[in-house]
Amino acid sequence: MGELRLMKGNEAVAEAAIRAGVDAYFGYPITPQSEVLEYLMLQKPEERTGMVVLQAESEIAAINMVYGAAGTGKKVMTSSSSPGISLKMEGISYIAGAELPCLILNVVRGGPGLGTIQPSQADYFQATKGGGHGDYRLVVLAPASVQEMADFVDKGMELAFKYRNPVMILSDGLIGQMMEKVELPDQKERVKEFDQSWVITGKTKDRERNIITSLNLDPDKQYQHNMRLKEKYDSMSDDVMYETFDCEDAEFLLVAYGSSSRICQKAVDEARSRGKKLGLLRPITLFPFPDAIISKLARQVKGILSVELNTGQMVEDVMLAVNGRVPVYHYGTPGGKIFSPDDVLKAIDEKLMGGY
Amino acid sequence: MDIKEIIKPENLVHQRTSLMTDATLSYCPGCGHGTVHHLVMEVVEEMEIQEQTIGIAPVGCSVLAYDFMDIDMSQAAHGRAPAVATGIKRLWPDKFVFTYQGDGDLAAIGTAETIHACNRGEDITIIFINNGIYGMTGGQMAPTTLEGMKSSTSPYGRDLQSMGHPLKITELVAQLPGTNFVTRQAVHKPGNVRKTKKAIRKAFEVQREKKGMSFIEIVSNCNSGWKMSPNESNVWMEEHMFPSYPLGDMKVDGKIVKDLMKDLV
Repeated sequence: MGELRLMKGNEAVAEAAIRAGVDAYFGYPITPQSEVLEYLMLQKPEERTGMVVLQAESEIAAINMVYGAAGTGKKVMTSSSSPGISLKMEGISYIAGAELPCLILNVVRGGPGLGTIQPSQADYFQATKGGGHGDYRLVVLAPASVQEMADFVDKGMELAFKYRNPVMILSDGLIGQMMEKVELPDQKERVKEFDQSWVITGKTKDRERNIITSLNLDPDKQYQHNMRLKEKYDSMSDDVMYETFDCEDAEFLLVAYGSSSRICQKAVDEARSRGKKLGLLRPITLFPFPDAIISKLARQVKGILSVELNTGQMVEDVMLAVNGRVPVYHYGTPGGKIFSPDDVLKAIDEKLMGGY
Repeated sequence: MDIKEIIKPENLVHQRTSLMTDATLSYCPGCGHGTVHHLVMEVVEEMEIQEQTIGIAPVGCSVLAYDFMDIDMSQAAHGRAPAVATGIKRLWPDKFVFTYQGDGDLAAIGTAETIHACNRGEDITIIFINNGIYGMTGGQMAPTTLEGMKSSTSPYGRDLQSMGHPLKITELVAQLPGTNFVTRQAVHKPGNVRKTKKAIRKAFEVQREKKGMSFIEIVSNCNSGWKMSPNESNVWMEEHMFPSYPLGDMKVDGKIVKDLMKDLV
């Protein structure tokens, strides 16, 4: 068993990054994720593993440092919260276009605009539909615990390099700030030998020069590039991850991710104790979205409620997966307000089971 | 002397560097970009550092610089080249990393990245082409556009009251402790070309010694954007650009060698 510690979600990400052998982190302070940069600076990772940690002058600079460093084949990451992620979107689009691997943590807070510093799931659309300009997708992982905050660093890096694509951990202020028991992974060596066929480390005599770019002025070539990217995004469905709770005999289904799913678990327990056959599906990857299992469950249940800390975003993807087979509803609280299990139970009675 | 005599190997005085590719330059005839590209590659060749050199191309006329230079390169988002270079250099501190940027890229949208990379003293080289205009997008006003100078977005001339003053960013970065070598050069005459090449060589030497940022501004013409013939544009540049952007070293070996305040105001 690995080392056990009581940590904040943000600290767990930072510690896991050092232990995963991440080569560099470039960040900028913003609540509620500043503990990532603070923890890293305190830990002197340059002494522990040689990891580079730099506080940039802005989120824009930080993501462009990630872009530069990722082009050299290294394991690179950044983190921020909603307004800062919006600033990073330009760079993320370039990284996706140039097909570079990297990891981006979004500890989501309420918006729009400067919004609030309280937890929210308002950035679902931004994370799963691309976010920046152009036709691209990120792999999006949604942790529901401090443990998963730690685990998804290594997992995210693995997926980033598998697809040569940016991976986002879509967390929120609740998971970033709360403290839980976490089993930390063992220290990994930083990778010394890696695939240098596409990276920019200086052109040697035995190969053509390598170019990192997202520019392709020829529309035929840009079309081909986009179609190849689409094939890549389609192939990501191999890595769909989800969890089911009490779905075997469920007549009604909740769909919820991240912190919402934790609250919904409690609601399901309570509903079951009252004899109601309620189940919960928790997407772990938001892109690729677990639409096959939702489609399958839609043949079994009478109705589905998408429960989110927003005014209704993931519910659209649930509806697409359900394709009209059963009614799909949304329940959520936007702007940094968190619903309780009782609130969810009430919504289940009013919306989901109202007609039954 | 007939042609056969002239082309004898012993008469060779200058040879095209092997580090420029065979691609046809996309620059307008008369533009200084091609000259600067050659100079950078000549220095890389002479220092035998092709295998350690990584260049960053900006958004602007030189967005396709990687088509012409036979080295590993990364394209960057508009203005972000110094941040991209920082990311690379921090992970590969023994490589030679340079950015190649225009005045719109470096002194407008990328001001923050420029100032902060200089202030951190990143061991990179910034090659900054200042032609007082956005060349690629069709000659719009840049932060460096001179007072009264006409552009497609200042068709009646730059009005200082409403459009602000020409930004002398090189004088600004020279004052930051992170810069080691700061100079302003030109490439319109053979003498200037030689001085610019010397400056580029010095900049890469500073990088080798990890002494901080080396920053070279090259005042250049944009005959297309200025709507002049190449020759006219060079004459105009000497008469109008050089008084505002005087040539010469500003900082050498970390010491300011010029009265910067005099040039700033």
